[in-house]
Amino acid sequence: MTVPVVGGPGGRPPQPPLVQLLTPEGERVEHPDYSIDVTPDELRAFYRDLVLVRRVDAEATALQRQGELGLWASLLGQEAAQVGSARALAPQDYVFPTYREHGVAWCRDVDPVTLLGLYRGVNLGGWDPAEHNFHLYTIVIGSQTLHATGYAMGVQRDGAVGTGDPARDTAVIAYFGDGATSQGDVNEAFVFASVNNAPVVFFCQNNQWAISEPNERQTRVPLYQRAAGFGFPGLRVDGNDVLAVHAVTKAALDRARRGEGPTFVEAFTYRMGAHTTSDDPTRYRIEAEVEEWKLKDPIARVKALLARTGQAGEEFFAEVEVEADRLAEHVRSACLAMPDPEPVSMFDHAYRDPHPLVDEERAWFEEYHAGFEPAAAAGEVQR
Amino acid sequence: MSPRTTTIAKAVNEGLRRAMEDDPKVLVMGEDVGRLGGVFRVTDGLQKDFGEDRVIDTPLAESGIIGTAIGLALRGYRPVCEIQFDGFIYPAYDQIVSQLAKMGYRSGGKLSLPVVVRVPYGGGIGAVEHHSESPEAYFAHTAGLRVVTCSNPADAYFMTQQAIRSDDPVMVFEPKRRYWDKGELDPAAEPLPLHAARVARPGTDVTVAAYGPMVRTVLEAATAAGAEGRSLEVVDLRSLSPLDLDTLVASVERTRRLVVVHEAPTFLGLGAEIAARVTERCFYHLEAPVLRVGGFHLPYPASRLEEEYLPDLDRVLDAVDRALAF
Ligand SMILES: Cc1ncc(C[n+]2csc(CCOP(=O)(O)OP(=O)(O)O)c2C)c(N)n1
Ligand SMILES: [Mg+2]
Repeated sequence: MTVPVVGGPGGRPPQPPLVQLLTPEGERVEHPDYSIDVTPDELRAFYRDLVLVRRVDAEATALQRQGELGLWASLLGQEAAQVGSARALAPQDYVFPTYREHGVAWCRDVDPVTLLGLYRGVNLGGWDPAEHNFHLYTIVIGSQTLHATGYAMGVQRDGAVGTGDPARDTAVIAYFGDGATSQGDVNEAFVFASVNNAPVVFFCQNNQWAISEPNERQTRVPLYQRAAGFGFPGLRVDGNDVLAVHAVTKAALDRARRGEGPTFVEAFTYRMGAHTTSDDPTRYRIEAEVEEWKLKDPIARVKALLARTGQAGEEFFAEVEVEADRLAEHVRSACLAMPDPEPVSMFDHAYRDPHPLVDEERAWFEEYHAGFEPAAAAGEVQR
Repeated sequence: MSPRTTTIAKAVNEGLRRAMEDDPKVLVMGEDVGRLGGVFRVTDGLQKDFGEDRVIDTPLAESGIIGTAIGLALRGYRPVCEIQFDGFIYPAYDQIVSQLAKMGYRSGGKLSLPVVVRVPYGGGIGAVEHHSESPEAYFAHTAGLRVVTCSNPADAYFMTQQAIRSDDPVMVFEPKRRYWDKGELDPAAEPLPLHAARVARPGTDVTVAAYGPMVRTVLEAATAAGAEGRSLEVVDLRSLSPLDLDTLVASVERTRRLVVVHEAPTFLGLGAEIAARVTERCFYHLEAPVLRVGGFHLPYPASRLEEEYLPDLDRVLDAVDRALAF
């Protein structure tokens, strides 16, 4: 007997409606529950963010290909989901990313070069989370959703929700993927957030793939519908529509800040590239699917709107290109200049207070390495 | 099938394939093991040949993988679970330690749990964090689990099948940085018992015991030492629970010195247990304390530091020198 399996990459079930404010063709459309007023400046700023993060991403992929990074997880195709949501954050809000949130990092003023450290293998996350209210990347799938929930419970206990003061009320946002929704940790985060009414937004980038596994291997219902069972609202937004993502995320964050609890936002998008630079998607997905999503590109539609409505012209687009080139050059040269860490530095920070075993091992390590040095200087191999 | 040269990854694949042909109850399950053939291609082609019922791309949930494997085993199946990387086994730790390891005991022997858990493990591949760990001691420390690890294609091929045939749960740790190492495989050869250690290179001066990825490092160290006139006997432990102490003790009684090498941190690692037991049995034979070479008491560091972190030929020879200097 063959166990029936729903759908499959070829024959997917029909998809439910999603919140959209900007069509793939660049037409502004209205939605009964979500509206957005974007000034020309704001629209141009979105465009700039989208182009710059895509450019950083492409440069990092190139650096990996040239052996400067061990690995890179590309955000290609997910720029609007990341920029749209992150630009809805207030400074005091706190972000818990996965390993792919380079666009969110950008919006939190994390220098893209800093992101490369982890992928180059010179550190395990080089930025100061508190400086940016942007946590370290989490590679273990789903763990950070619980951290976000706990952080939000702390926010609650600090009385930093529902005061009505926009500079004080705080929301937390947890990013995760479609695959992650299968993890126990993520489901536990939903339960904890729900029973505590925690001010957290669960922001799922459904890019349709978890490495080689399509959505159908994780779920039989649209992911956002899961929220209902946990007792909080969920909705699906066009993840390639920066305006809709922004509007929806802002509403969810505001709700959290008012003390009304969690929201599940499913940003329906697509992973245009490989899972990471180690992956070969030709082994498991058809090119036609990628081609279809190329028509829904998140940047092209903003550009079309800007151009058609006369909110930006060739000069602006050219300026952004120049800025992107400069940024890419900065990323490249700073990456190449990134020094390898001192070997003995690996003994730092395992504990905050001294630990005799670590101290003993560090001392041994230093003595052992000192034994090599004179010989190395003399140009001979010695043990 | 004729003798051939193959890799560890291919040998595991062939071992799985053979076990699936021999027994229709054998299933393969894990993340990306089906259509993709696993991130290391170890299960390549199995779904195509055995179907989606027997080679299951599971949801992304390690606790779910092991928990449902337990249920399948209760129903008479023999699941072989792949945990994609060492550092992702911890979400399954509860199911492995509290359920898989104990269920047979709790049932007073009425239930058997023939579940295999395959774990690509160890460092040296320049990976990001959680992809280079050596968690074997946690599982060797857990009664109810058998724990083995291969260092060459022949062992990979036979161990995989022996583990699947075992009526106890077996954890098979596969040395991921050696997946592409080549070696001889004669499928018609008589395999060693699953839990036997093996003298991989005879010698007279110092016994060096290792397993998994470190076997090759230690063999290279033995070659280097040989060129300098010191004769190392290399023991590939192969099984971490149970330990084949008899083979090791026989070796130590000849050489009178023992160095144990593993990637995992030395503190409370396999080397500690081996040192205690060998010392107890060989006290009057030993010319030097049993020495250990392993990882430091640190989280696995960033990959540009891993060469400094991981035991290498020089660190092994340094310990050999120290053992000989006593
Ligand atoms: C606990 C755990 N298991 C397995 C992995 C290996 N792994 C890395 S990414 C990934 C797929 C994640 O898919 P999804 O959640 O959809 O995020 P995406 O990569 O598509 O952004 C897997 C299985 C992991 N990092 N952590
Ligand atoms: Mg995904």
